[in-house]
Amino acid sequence: MSADTPKKEALFSAKNRRLLFNPLNKENPITVQVLGICSALAVTVKLEPAVVMAISVTLVTAFSNLSISLLRNTIPPRIRIIVQLVVIAMLVILVDEVLKAFYYDVSKQLSVFVGLIITNCIIMGRLEAFAMGNKPWPSFLDGIGNGVGYGWILIVVGLFREFFGSGTIWNFPVMEKLGVYNFGYKDNGLMILPPMALILVGVIIWIQRARNRELIEENK
Amino acid sequence: MYSNAYIFRYASIMVILVAAILTSVALVLKPYQEHNRRVEKISDILSAAGLEADASNAVEVYEQSIIEELAIDLSGEVVAIYKDGGLAQGEVRAFDIDVKVVMDEIAKGGKPLLPLFHMRAADNSEVFVIPVRGKGLWGPSWGNIALAPDYTTVIGVSFDHKGETPGLGAETNTTEFESQFLGKKILDESGNFTSIKVVKGGVANSSDVPLQHGVDAISGGTITSNGLSAMVEDCLKNYVPFIQKRKAL
Repeated sequence: MSADTPKKEALFSAKNRRLLFNPLNKENPITVQVLGICSALAVTVKLEPAVVMAISVTLVTAFSNLSISLLRNTIPPRIRIIVQLVVIAMLVILVDEVLKAFYYDVSKQLSVFVGLIITNCIIMGRLEAFAMGNKPWPSFLDGIGNGVGYGWILIVVGLFREFFGSGTIWNFPVMEKLGVYNFGYKDNGLMILPPMALILVGVIIWIQRARNRELIEENK
Repeated sequence: MYSNAYIFRYASIMVILVAAILTSVALVLKPYQEHNRRVEKISDILSAAGLEADASNAVEVYEQSIIEELAIDLSGEVVAIYKDGGLAQGEVRAFDIDVKVVMDEIAKGGKPLLPLFHMRAADNSEVFVIPVRGKGLWGPSWGNIALAPDYTTVIGVSFDHKGETPGLGAETNTTEFESQFLGKKILDESGNFTSIKVVKGGVANSSDVPLQHGVDAISGGTITSNGLSAMVEDCLKNYVPFIQKRKAL
């Protein structure tokens, strides 16, 4: 990695910082590019699986970006998609195996969605659009940025869905401790169902566009 | 431009390399994953028997509370006994019997061995835990049913499922649903097998299911509830010959 980092460019130059931080907001994979929505609906019922999914996807995007960028000059263009898929699939299986060995409960909750990281459009999108044409270090940062950009949306949605849907945060019974059930409060069952995740993502998009007018499409 | 030979070489080397990495990782992590699956199975059995344990001490609690693991055949004869950390009779350890395989074989007309766990509960009374497995709406569901020494009264159950609908069918693994099974009976007064039905609209309002043989279904979870009914009946009925024999003693 260090060999590829040119001396004239600092490790966290303005350009590299943009690669890292832009996906968190104005190039966010979920709220702006609207990628990776299915998994965002499926794993955000509780906070814990959302966090694990966020970390898993971040690791996979970062390291697949890094590996593909390292290999970019050797990959024959005619089989590049296959090469990308093999790299992603390998990383995803690694993540799945590690979760099964050390975070069994979470791995059960995430069930097929860990395997389905392979099909997450964000990852392949970044490989095609960025890693194939850039040096390893910027690619790695771009991967982290996009993974975290995807992850923080997941975590925010997971937080709200768990809090209002199950009355807990990270399985800690907040609502019960507050004693609101005694006043007739009931958990909102709709929060647990997938459509609510879409509505929450919609709310995040709304807030984001209200604050950042550049993102608003022109009415034609 | 890359030659075809290069492309083939590239693809082969890459695939072999990836296969080698994945194989070695899988081999290294296998013992951990198997341990996790064992602990899960043990925790389910313990939870049905009313014993409290978490992932860290489940194995220990299980070893303290298990009296014997029985493998019985469909005619109700005990074929193998595992106790005190060794096989006392026969060649099969009941714990290693996969209920899924058992149910598949029974469906095909085979004669598999059935597992039964004879345990000591927290209050020192004896319980018999029967593992069950069946279908929900979206995928498999499974669980354990703990019977009192009269082989009739249910003293605890634990159910779980692969992916029933959240808020509806998925509620079958909550304590609220499971606690309904306490005190229900699987045999009627004359000792015939009746199972426990999950009744839509509430067992109290039902004219054909007596109160001690039914629990309330979950509104909106009809197929899961029916699946659970069928699972309990299909699995428990295999144990009836064994139960009749034991009761006749």
